[in-house]
Amino acid sequence: MTSTDAAAPIGAADAAFICVRGLSKAFGGQPVYHDFDLDLPRGTFTTIFGPNGCGKSTLINMLSGITPFDGGSVRIGGNDLRAAKIGYVFQNYRDSLFPWMRAIENIEYPLKVRGVSKARQAARVDELLAAFAITLDLKRYPYEMSGGQQQLVAILRALVSDPDVLFLDEPFSALDYEMTLYMRDKLQTVFLETGLTMVLVSHDLEEAVYLADRILLLSKRPTRLVELIRYETVRPRTTEIMGDPEFVRTKQHALDLFRAEMAR
Amino acid sequence: MSASTERLAATSRRFSLRRPRLSWLIPVIGPVAFLALWEAVSASHVVRAVLLPSPVDTLGYLVDSLLHGTMATDALVTITRTLIAFAIGALLGVPLGVAFGSSVRLYSSVEFLVDFFRSMPASALIPLFILFFGIADINKIAIAGFSVFLIVMFNSAYGVMNARKSRLLAAKVMGASPFQMFRDVLIFESLPQTFVGLRNGISTALVIVVVAEMFIGSDQGLGYRIIEGEQILHVTDMYASIIVAGLIGYVLNMLFMLADKRLIHWNGK
Repeated sequence: MTSTDAAAPIGAADAAFICVRGLSKAFGGQPVYHDFDLDLPRGTFTTIFGPNGCGKSTLINMLSGITPFDGGSVRIGGNDLRAAKIGYVFQNYRDSLFPWMRAIENIEYPLKVRGVSKARQAARVDELLAAFAITLDLKRYPYEMSGGQQQLVAILRALVSDPDVLFLDEPFSALDYEMTLYMRDKLQTVFLETGLTMVLVSHDLEEAVYLADRILLLSKRPTRLVELIRYETVRPRTTEIMGDPEFVRTKQHALDLFRAEMAR
Repeated sequence: MSASTERLAATSRRFSLRRPRLSWLIPVIGPVAFLALWEAVSASHVVRAVLLPSPVDTLGYLVDSLLHGTMATDALVTITRTLIAFAIGALLGVPLGVAFGSSVRLYSSVEFLVDFFRSMPASALIPLFILFFGIADINKIAIAGFSVFLIVMFNSAYGVMNARKSRLLAAKVMGASPFQMFRDVLIFESLPQTFVGLRNGISTALVIVVVAEMFIGSDQGLGYRIIEGEQILHVTDMYASIIVAGLIGYVLNMLFMLADKRLIHWNGK
């Protein structure tokens, strides 16, 4: 189902789970997106990579309903954006978690908002922790945890209400390299276990290729899609894959396109 | 060589032993120096004894008047007035501040008024309050309560207005309704600033109550006692009352700092 539309990623509306048509957005009179189209199939992991300030975050913010857009449409699973259940992991976990709540209450909050009973909230969190083999002391407050643990809490919070799509905005950029490698693997586990549609913004090309089924390479403003690069090596992937010729070739290809775009 | 090394080690050992044992003394230095200076000035008779009793006499009198005299009653009266004024000001100020802060337009419409009254010395309004409320207890509470209300209200309003948007966005993307965003996020975001207002408010309440007790027909309270001590030249009582007023202010401030740390545990982290 996810690979049948290989020939036509754009315009293949029937297979598209996230369907963007004619999206337009300007900041202060300067167009960022103009008549932008995009189709992403269900159950794929898409990463977004591009020059600084090209609107990577703006794109997922519009797709998730955080930032309003000027024109066009976004549909998720055939429904209007407002009807979609969105999971969103912010870049800055410090400013997105609620420090007045314990980690467990943070994770349960999206369920509380939907009026789920206390008992079912607890059951759902246990289920999540078991599924991804995560051991955390969730009685603690976020500020008592390490950066990686906080972002893990933020990811669990985004997953708890069983979203249609999980958006992640440079989720590991504030973590050290060791933690980043661990978190990438946890995220891959989540992807494999849930089959969730994921869209991740990255400023790190290695990460963008490592995690992705498809890499959206964006241009400078006004933003266009330079190329949708596929990387469909089997999962689970380990760090050893970064020496694999296919990985190296894909990364080099993306880098060449990126350089050409920067030189324009 | 070895002797000097040994001596060095001994010195550092003594030093490391001495430091934790004596470190508690450091905060005591200031008060002790102050009392010593007071004693020196008092004993030297540079200032006449009728104007400056010795600290030993004053503190002795203070303890005695607390245990056997009317000092405890007067202190209690002042504390009660302060707390009632604070409670009224806070109960009105926090909800109104949050309401004003939630709407930029609403706040703009009253911004000048709030800044004007906040900048005005509350004591300037005492005669006005006498006209309206007479010289009974209610007057002192009303004017102190009014001052607390202004301070608390504008701090709460600023707390809400300056709440970081990122957590509100997080709640919104999780599907929270405007009311849920308000109750679960905005209120908490504004709490640190609200607490700044409450702490300033309790200090101001005590200041205004003591001033009001001095000048608005009282027969009880520390302000009354201080002015009375001055009038009849019972200076030991005056000094003792001043110290009690200072201690009340200090304790109230400490209590609010502790409450701040406990309740707004995430502040600054």
